[in-house]
Amino acid sequence: MKKPMRMREIVVLRVVSRVLMPYIMLFGLYVQFHGDFGPGGGFQAGVIFSAALILYGIIFGLDAVQRVFTPFAVELCMALGLLLYAGTGLVSFYKNMNYLDYDVFGSHGQHYGILLIEGGVGITVASTVLMIFYAFAGRWRVSQ
Amino acid sequence: MITHFPSLLIVTPLIAAPICLLLRNGTLVRIWATLAAWACLYFAWGILGQVQGLDGESIRYAMGGWEMPLGIELKIDAANAFVVLIITGIASVVFPFGLGHSGLSGPEGKEHLFYAAFLLCMCGLMGIAVTGDAFNVFVFLEITSLSSYALISMGSSRRALMAAYSYLIMGTIGGTFILVGIGFVYALTGTLNMVDIAERLPSVINSPTTIIAFGFLTLGVGIKLAIFPLYQWLPNAYSFAPSKVTAFLAGTATKVSYYVLLRLFFSIFGIAFIFNKLGVQNILMPLSLIAMFVGSIAAIYQTNAKRLFAYSSIAQIGYMTLGICLLHLDGLKVLNYDGLTGGIVHLFNHAIMKSGLFLIIACVVYRMGTVTIGEMKGFAYRMPWTFAAFVVAGLSIIGVPGTVGFVSKWYLVLGAVAGGHYVVAALILLSSLLAVVYVWKIIEVGYFQKPSEPIEKIEAPITMLVPIWLLMFAAIFFGFATELTGGVAETAAKTLLTAGGAIFGGGTP
Repeated sequence: MKKPMRMREIVVLRVVSRVLMPYIMLFGLYVQFHGDFGPGGGFQAGVIFSAALILYGIIFGLDAVQRVFTPFAVELCMALGLLLYAGTGLVSFYKNMNYLDYDVFGSHGQHYGILLIEGGVGITVASTVLMIFYAFAGRWRVSQ
Repeated sequence: MITHFPSLLIVTPLIAAPICLLLRNGTLVRIWATLAAWACLYFAWGILGQVQGLDGESIRYAMGGWEMPLGIELKIDAANAFVVLIITGIASVVFPFGLGHSGLSGPEGKEHLFYAAFLLCMCGLMGIAVTGDAFNVFVFLEITSLSSYALISMGSSRRALMAAYSYLIMGTIGGTFILVGIGFVYALTGTLNMVDIAERLPSVINSPTTIIAFGFLTLGVGIKLAIFPLYQWLPNAYSFAPSKVTAFLAGTATKVSYYVLLRLFFSIFGIAFIFNKLGVQNILMPLSLIAMFVGSIAAIYQTNAKRLFAYSSIAQIGYMTLGICLLHLDGLKVLNYDGLTGGIVHLFNHAIMKSGLFLIIACVVYRMGTVTIGEMKGFAYRMPWTFAAFVVAGLSIIGVPGTVGFVSKWYLVLGAVAGGHYVVAALILLSSLLAVVYVWKIIEVGYFQKPSEPIEKIEAPITMLVPIWLLMFAAIFFGFATELTGGVAETAAKTLLTAGGAIFGGGTP
């Protein structure tokens, strides 16, 4: 009887996932930055971006993806994204405007404001989805 | 700066939470979270002062500079300000509890995650309390619920996971009901702003959809509030969560749900619809009375101290909802506010004594390592200060004059008598007697049963005693200075009943 193959030993999966990954990430960034004009935004972009990393993790193993994005760094990003969001709102207090009033950023303030906010959302969502994947995929280590 | 206080109430814990993740060190995180809670208390105090100067008007704060109905607005009147003060007050006492000791706040090495969830939970509660947007209430409710599931699951026993899971199921059902209800209201009125909804509802008040929306909303909030038949999640969640979490949730989460119920009844749907058309009081009053007795009787039979007070909470929620039903109406004219004042003031009073009791149990667990009542022999001699605090809190739960518990029961009885509900007044007093039984259970074991081995004094650390005694001093102080809390609660009740929307759901009579 043949030993079951690991996913990374299957040529099709290995090649296809490597080809697809950059495009998935690029699409994630497109959804992120095009969110001002069309459908999309930080949440969707974050999920798409982390999907690329999760695909990598499924094919090449948890260790491989954690070498690039260590759990510590991901946890840091979760916090930093939220801080970017909340911090952007705080800037309005500087000119005594209401919280999250983007007009504080000047004449194109609404544009810059939402860009920063969505950036924060994107970072937090991407790292949170990745963290959930780590938590589930790493469960066998705890039970062993 | 004071104009920004409403948003700062939400933003402070929201920013403090991710910083907890970055700090990572247990002691640092505890100090940081405490400072955030104290800052919020300061903001809440400022807002309460501001609201009282407004004479029935409310503070309105447009988020992002977008005025209502386009944007989300925060709207604070006497009722919100009171609830916000309760949340921040309890948080400022519970967060620093056992400041120098690890092991009280979740598993070792995960304290930064524990406090991040704690602060997010507080942020959600604040959000519900200050927002003037119905959908926003749902969003913040989810923030609160998700973080409290995580907090409950961090209890030391494995059963905490199961308790958190069943709370998750019940909480999600409740949340979904609220969302469906808001959806119906939105379909009816085309707006999510509460003031706007109240203005537009009268024109569609006879539509069956209004009744369905009201039903979904009330049931959803009822699950979160743990009204009598919907309380199944509460005893497990309270008894298996870390004691600090129990103390916080018991003092705040159900209180905020009660506030949402008040808003729903008086500010959105209006008395004419709730009381005269649907006759909600005819259903809610028996349920509240049953809750008072079932909760207290179930508490008597518990052997686990945390579970005992969890059941006692169900009874206390019964008092609060009873307050709504005791509103004395003549047609559409409100004759007497005392019942509702009693319900609202009991929010504050119950928060003080129940949080205190759960913190006391946390001390007992910390020093004696048990929550089983039978094993608390010599509690009074080993930890005299903690035990003394327990006696004060116990007397307050019973409602002995000179403690806060008496104040709320006094208002409730006044309300019942004014409305001619003499039986209800008698039942309130009778159920207080049941509280004597379950409080006595612990006093008897702790004071009169001496353990066989020699007693050594193992008093709780000072960082735990100070928060507890702060609460107990409040319990005695506000038991005598009744015009402070009672006055604020009365203002809150009057604001709820006189502000736009109270009678006809917003329309002018």
